[in-house]
Amino acid sequence: MANFYTDNPDLKHHLTHPLMQKIVALKERDFTDAEKYDYAPLDFEDAMDSYDKVLEVVGEICGTTIADNAEDVDHQGPKVVDGHVEYADGTKQNLELCRKAGLMGMSMPRRLGGLNFPITPYIMAADIVSRADTGFENLWGLQDCAETIYEFASDEQKDRFIPRVCQGETMSMDLTEPDAGSDLQSVMLKATEQPDGTWRLNGVKRFITNGDSDIHLVLARSEEGTRDGRGLSMFIYDKRDGGVTVRRIENKMGIKGSPTCELVYKNAKAELCGSRRLGLIKYVMALMNGARLGIAAQSVGVSERAYREALAYAKDRKQFGKAIIEFPAVYEMLAVMKAKLDASRALLYETSRFVDIYKIYEDIAKERSLTPEERKEMKQYSKLADACTPLVKGLGSEYCNQNAYDCIQIHGGSGFMKDYACERVYRDARITSIYEGTTQLQVVAAIRHVTTGTYLSLIRDYESREVTEALKPLRESLIAMTAKYETAVNTVLEAKDQSMTDFMARRMVEMAGNIIMGYLLLQDATRNAEFTKSAEVYCKMAEAEVAKHSDFIANFTPSQIDAYKPA
Amino acid sequence: MSYNIIVLAKQVPDTRNVGKDAMKEDGTINRAALPAIFNPEDLNALEQALRIKDANPGTTVTILTMGLPRAAEVIREAMYRGADAGIVLTDRVLGGADTLATSYSLARAVNKFGKYDLILGGRQAIDGDTAQVGPQIAEKLGLPQITYAEEILDITPENITVKRRLENGVETLRSPLPCVVTVNGSAAECRPRNAMRLQKYKYAASTSEKAKLSEDRQALLEKREYLNIPEWSAAYVEADPEQIGLPGSPTKVKAIENVVFTAKESRCIENNDQQIEDLIRELIANHTIG
Repeated sequence: MANFYTDNPDLKHHLTHPLMQKIVALKERDFTDAEKYDYAPLDFEDAMDSYDKVLEVVGEICGTTIADNAEDVDHQGPKVVDGHVEYADGTKQNLELCRKAGLMGMSMPRRLGGLNFPITPYIMAADIVSRADTGFENLWGLQDCAETIYEFASDEQKDRFIPRVCQGETMSMDLTEPDAGSDLQSVMLKATEQPDGTWRLNGVKRFITNGDSDIHLVLARSEEGTRDGRGLSMFIYDKRDGGVTVRRIENKMGIKGSPTCELVYKNAKAELCGSRRLGLIKYVMALMNGARLGIAAQSVGVSERAYREALAYAKDRKQFGKAIIEFPAVYEMLAVMKAKLDASRALLYETSRFVDIYKIYEDIAKERSLTPEERKEMKQYSKLADACTPLVKGLGSEYCNQNAYDCIQIHGGSGFMKDYACERVYRDARITSIYEGTTQLQVVAAIRHVTTGTYLSLIRDYESREVTEALKPLRESLIAMTAKYETAVNTVLEAKDQSMTDFMARRMVEMAGNIIMGYLLLQDATRNAEFTKSAEVYCKMAEAEVAKHSDFIANFTPSQIDAYKPA
Repeated sequence: MSYNIIVLAKQVPDTRNVGKDAMKEDGTINRAALPAIFNPEDLNALEQALRIKDANPGTTVTILTMGLPRAAEVIREAMYRGADAGIVLTDRVLGGADTLATSYSLARAVNKFGKYDLILGGRQAIDGDTAQVGPQIAEKLGLPQITYAEEILDITPENITVKRRLENGVETLRSPLPCVVTVNGSAAECRPRNAMRLQKYKYAASTSEKAKLSEDRQALLEKREYLNIPEWSAAYVEADPEQIGLPGSPTKVKAIENVVFTAKESRCIENNDQQIEDLIRELIANHTIG
């Protein structure tokens, strides 16, 4: 009986990061809930023990039922019956298990029926679920839409909807339309206010993950005659009210168990969430940040799966009289896969901790005014979260794809057959660098942290941390990489040419990411020697990557962009 | 309508994953090499109890287990899944019991329990595979019994209707309450541990476990009555010392040997009475059966 939490000690390493002490104390408001709720923790150790035990339940469910169902779910997929989605049998079983195990609404406060877990253990659960069944992670993970209701809806709406999510009702975020994908400002779904204060929605949404969910967050145009993002508001549509039907389910390459729907709204009753006109510019931005972290977790979970499948095969498969893992070409590939996995996971949990701290402060600010110090800290962590989220989503999903590719490569001809799980992993991985903002859009979100120096000051902070004696040479190499990064950034900025900055953006963001992940692995290896190999392998790879980008930038002049432009 | 349900559960060595060090030299089970788990079919029984509880608010599900003090682990496990309380029947003098002594001891504990409507248990435990304890308890308590249950179809204050899984089909039986029902592994799988209940009950402790806890945690148990798992002794359940433990166990283990199937030998015999009888005689003669 596999347990995807206990069989992977790396997870506990990240769960027990020193910063958790602060996060838990803030989240639990000095453990005052224990008076009111019999399942609230009494102290820090108690809270950590609860996260550990609940993750063990997640690991067990994932390692058995959800992982076992993944192949059938991939084959069967969901279907449309009378305008609604019917999940694959395995998906239904998975959802029922997660409901019974009480794994919905994990991060919601207790008074609304949640577990009041910080984001970090929730993201860890997402990491574990994704390893078992990537597509199912979407259905389970959409519970974080409740976060948006919690942050922006009225108290009465929170009381009405959030307990339902905690009980296991599913959610969706209905944002994209046929003509509004990456460009959400073009959303046209029409919202019309009624005399009784409710709204009616009319129009079409496309590519909606889990589009037949119980509770939808819908982005719609509430301000007639507007054409940009400021005319859009956020609505809550309750499936119980009816008015939305599923016209079709997309036939996708991967994550086939997760229904991607085209929805038709016919005078569907809905209620406004938050204030008018803030739908896109405030709420969707917040929603997307949470969702991006979720996709980063999904990417890491898939990377883990790909690495394990590849490792097992390489140990088992014999050619020329020995296991193929003994050949340098293969063991190098595996070491690099593991290094990318460990690097992206380190950044994932670093980011989730940043998110935890600023979000908890934001929540506390609803109860009392923060001290100037707390406010300063909140801003600082908010900025770091903002900087690291696109980085981990962008680079983590790229690593996930690279690992899925190498996993097939290690399987050789067998990997190209439908007989091994790796082909499903490969198809499932592909979407991670596309949805919730393509890698190219993550670069757009990240680049200002290159130009304003957020990444550099984070790197400087990491540089000042203690590492073990043995790791000091690696730190030296990271310091040298940082110098190259600074030179490259200065070269680009000194050109004073926006098209040059845009053209080089991905290179600079990748360099920053390489250095940051390198430092995080040094910290991991300092705390736990198991990470030493990955730190070494990753820093070697990062060194070459940084040199490549730095050479490219050094040898480039803005006019050379012309050669790349379409005729 | 609400019911008081007792679920009999046993902590057993996980014999499903037996390694080469599972048996000691002397032929006894090496418990250290095998993780202790909730007997699988007892989990099926627990699920049936919890379904009755779901459908009948106010129903209480109490786990009764006999074993070492550490058997409180199965009670906590059951609490995480939905059970309300548990009792560990534990005493040195109960050790070494065979099924007869075990069923006697458990029947005494059931008598001590007070009012109950239904006793559920797994068909058999994976360490002994006897399937005798449930039926023997029913006999000792003078209750009707339904074995090989797959699903409880209905329960009313007077009757219970149960579907049984038999070798060649299913059978539906109705019995008056109280009665003993033993549940098959083919019944619905037990629900998972619930995150909220896990946090609520994780400090539940038996009397002897409580004594080893920190003062803080002891204080918590004082404050939260439901976290206390009582331990009952043989004297407390008023068991006759002659009928429990080794003295109460007529079963004597002559020898235990580790049998390794080395060769598969198959033989075809004609389908006639003579040949079948010859085979039976042969198997009795070489002690394969009988």
